[in-house]
Amino acid sequence: MQITVRVPTPLQKITAGKSEVFASGTTVKAALADLEKNYPGLRERLYGEDGELRKFINIYVNEEDIRFLDSENSALRDGDVISIIPAIAGGR
Amino acid sequence: MKASELAPNLRVPVITKYVPEVLDRIGNTPLLKMRNITKGLAKKVEVYAKAEWVNPGGSVKARPALRMVRDGMKAGKLGRGKELIDSTSGNTGIAYALIGKILGFKVNLVLPANVCKLRKGMMASQYSANLILSDPIESSDGAIRLCRKIYSENPDKYFLPDQYNNPSNWAAHKETTAREIWEQTNGTVTHFLAGIGTSGTLMGTTRGLKAMNRNILSYAVEPAEPLHGIEGLKHMETSIIPGIYEPSVFDEKLSVKTDEAYKMVSRLEEEEGLLVGTSSGAAMVGAMRVAERLDEGVVVTIFPDSCEECIVAHGEF
Repeated sequence: MQITVRVPTPLQKITAGKSEVFASGTTVKAALADLEKNYPGLRERLYGEDGELRKFINIYVNEEDIRFLDSENSALRDGDVISIIPAIAGGR
Repeated sequence: MKASELAPNLRVPVITKYVPEVLDRIGNTPLLKMRNITKGLAKKVEVYAKAEWVNPGGSVKARPALRMVRDGMKAGKLGRGKELIDSTSGNTGIAYALIGKILGFKVNLVLPANVCKLRKGMMASQYSANLILSDPIESSDGAIRLCRKIYSENPDKYFLPDQYNNPSNWAAHKETTAREIWEQTNGTVTHFLAGIGTSGTLMGTTRGLKAMNRNILSYAVEPAEPLHGIEGLKHMETSIIPGIYEPSVFDEKLSVKTDEAYKMVSRLEEEEGLLVGTSSGAAMVGAMRVAERLDEGVVVTIFPDSCEECIVAHGEF
């Protein structure tokens, strides 16, 4: 089971400059946890000290915001694409 | 108490009439004294912020946008049917669009698709700008690259002010913002801070203030994290560095976490009655950090905009 994860520019230092990386997992939570194994440091960028996803980060599965699915428990199928998108744009 | 009751005269000017006199109202913004969040500071320390949302268009960006347009016109780069194009995450776009509507040229704005709905609405619906959306995953750097591509394919059609690399951006602040701060503090300002996006506010205001008193210390306020939630600010290490950014101009860089900035936005509303944007919250976190080190001094920072709706509307593009 292969999930593609699109990584925003500000996090590509952690992924060795790659804008797309691969993970496996049957839920968004599992896929993000799997990603942390290969790219340590990603988790602390995405989650706050309270263990919740930071509110200025949006996660999409294919074209859908996971807030409108089942949040981090949203199910994944082989070939799905997760996008990590900053909720705001830096620079004026 | 609601902020609107505490500060009834500081509401955001959303509707602006499209008459040339509007451009004369850019600049000369109020300098607000912080009266409550400063209670724990030494008695001889004062903290102020420029209320830049009073500018037409609702942000500090009216200043550089007007200057870049006027300098472009003087140089013959705009006019004769040419259209303006630039990349922006919001405020500069709103300012360009307003100025274009008044002076009569078409405005094209390249912005990341994750710019909040309210800003997009102001630019497109209210001021008739043409919006071109770039991939949100590449943030503002993606908008910069797409804008350059569109421009290079048709350079005769457009004037590209390029706010990240245009010296007119910081010159606007050297000549207006710095002078106003100097006059409004009767020359007593000792410390100045500004958040960095294009870095124009910090570069220009610092140069202007240091020309009047070289002992004034200047600080850049930067998001602590590469992926942050402080609208309008840039984490320089992981971004395309603006050509006008020169670290030797200021004295120290202060890193502010997104959570700290958000908490300060709430404190400013509850304790000072001010509805400010997240970059203003970050600026005040920096200002308080500097003020806490002092026994005496006059600390001044910039509140770039208000736009509390953008905080509420997180995630709604």
